[in-house]
Amino acid sequence: MNLIDWFADPAHWVGPDGIPRQVLTHLLYCAIAAAAAIVIALPAGLVIGHTGRGAVLVAGLANALRALPTLGLLIAAVLLVSPHFGSQLAFAVPALIVLVVLAVPPILTNAYAGVVAVPPQVRTAAHGIGMRPWQVLLTVELPCALPLVISGVRSASLQLVSTATVAAYVSLGGLGRYIIDGQAQLDYTQMLAGAVLVALLAVAVEALLLLLERALVSPGLTGRLRRLPDPDGDPAAAVPAAAPSPGRAP
Amino acid sequence: MIRFDRATKAYPDGTVAVDGLDLTAPTGKTTVLVGPSGCGKTTSLRMVNRLIEPTSGTVLLDGRDTAGLDTAELRRGIGYVIQNAGLFPHRTVADNIASVPRLLGWTRRTARDRALELLELVGLPAAYADRYPAQLSGGQQQRVGVARALAADPPVMLMDEPFSAVDPVVRARLQEEFLALQREIGKTILFVTHDIAEAVTLGDRIAVLRVGGELAQFAPPHELLTRPADDFVADFVGRDRGYRALDFAAPAALEVREENTVRLGASLEEARGAARDGWTLVVSDAHRPLGWIDVTAAGPGTAGPDPVGREHLVLGGTTARGAEGLRELLDAALSSPSGRGAVTDEAGVLTGTVTPEDVVGAITAARAEAAAQAAREPAGATTDRRSQAPAEETA
Repeated sequence: MNLIDWFADPAHWVGPDGIPRQVLTHLLYCAIAAAAAIVIALPAGLVIGHTGRGAVLVAGLANALRALPTLGLLIAAVLLVSPHFGSQLAFAVPALIVLVVLAVPPILTNAYAGVVAVPPQVRTAAHGIGMRPWQVLLTVELPCALPLVISGVRSASLQLVSTATVAAYVSLGGLGRYIIDGQAQLDYTQMLAGAVLVALLAVAVEALLLLLERALVSPGLTGRLRRLPDPDGDPAAAVPAAAPSPGRAP
Repeated sequence: MIRFDRATKAYPDGTVAVDGLDLTAPTGKTTVLVGPSGCGKTTSLRMVNRLIEPTSGTVLLDGRDTAGLDTAELRRGIGYVIQNAGLFPHRTVADNIASVPRLLGWTRRTARDRALELLELVGLPAAYADRYPAQLSGGQQQRVGVARALAADPPVMLMDEPFSAVDPVVRARLQEEFLALQREIGKTILFVTHDIAEAVTLGDRIAVLRVGGELAQFAPPHELLTRPADDFVADFVGRDRGYRALDFAAPAALEVREENTVRLGASLEEARGAARDGWTLVVSDAHRPLGWIDVTAAGPGTAGPDPVGREHLVLGGTTARGAEGLRELLDAALSSPSGRGAVTDEAGVLTGTVTPEDVVGAITAARAEAAAQAAREPAGATTDRRSQAPAEETA
């Protein structure tokens, strides 16, 4: 049975084990983990970048978390956490913990790096014109850090989509089912189909986040703007624009 | 009025950035803080809007101790311009300018109208309102920076090396515009620079600080140039201070000489007829000086400048606008290839020429006059005349 036949088989598209259902389950795990990671890591990264306090913590913690082996962590979490939860949650909670741990470092480090990378004169100006510290953070530092923040969320999401397959290892649903089950049944076509689905989902999520980035990030930060002819005669800026240029260069 | 009263900033490691500064920046005037790196000029400036808190002493704004005020509210009432402008890259030009009005709770509409007004005031087209800072040159960004500082019409402005990061040509223009703007709006300005030439050009009074944050001299520019308080100030003010002080000398009583001229397109024969010492001044139809022509330039067998075209002009000389600014007159005379500096009226129309000897004679006369006047008047009175039109290129 080859891959195309496998996808063409209507039986694989319906029911609780069908592709749509597993994709949704997979996305649900990813979305919950991403949301939790953002809630934890984004404010922490922003505040650490703003105050400059705890920078060592960011580097140390992020690297330590990255070094954890996902599968080992999953088993440890199941052993430690499962007894405290009943039924379904007994495996879902440990799996989500593992995924959150995975997603926190890229979001934390990028949020921190984004704020730190705001040019010092911009920060000085923000304070100097009379913004309060929270206004500096929310109306200047965060919008300026947004490209890096979103890129952190993107890399976290990619890792989540690929790693959420481990949920199947502890008997949960998601696209990992096809891989784990396929391996158990020596059904390599099914395994391959699972891998292809994960890859497609990753690309789709990436595309969605790129659109989000376009919508959220100020055009002033993207470097896609055209420079204007300069009445001061500064040659560095005198790139002639054929017509009054639109907000974004093609 | 900004008053520093024994303001001191010392850091825990023992470094003293500013040491007991006593200084009053008068209302409606530009006071310049100038000095080498590490003299505490920026620290002093930042003590006014409390980006840096003094460790002892006080800074008073119109008699009120700033230490008792809410920092954010204090800063919203003080215009602040910094090097590289520090514009918010994610906001449009108009939104940048509207920053302080929005902080003060103005409506979006009112703030935007005000931003457009200011854009015009600083000489940028209204079409720039919706551009982003990354689309502007350094000079344009700095204009927006000035507009942002002026948006809420604060009585006091702090300017921290605002023109240091732009190229010299743009800087000269920004300085010129700054003077024109300040004549119009009359803000109380505290201006920091490391460039003594800029200080002398822009300041009504100049405070020279030495490393360690100690005030070395506080005086109007002319006095600083002619009577430095000590070796440090003399050294810092620089070698060509005698030349620069000419800007502040009394108006010269100088007769310009008549000059024979030819128009563009004249024949070489005409140019030869008009020449003195081998050089003829070429003017436009409106009688503005264009450049000099060397009537002896044609070698044997070559055509020479016939008829006289733009490509034959020697453009090295500057022109002096009006026959009063001694520095401009001397510069025009010295830079002219013929040794005769072109002098024009306010509209740029040629009135005649001067030689270096003429100008030096006028300088000597002005000195004698000043000395005589000093003998009649009590000490301390200084003239504070500033040339309004800078030397222009060509001719």
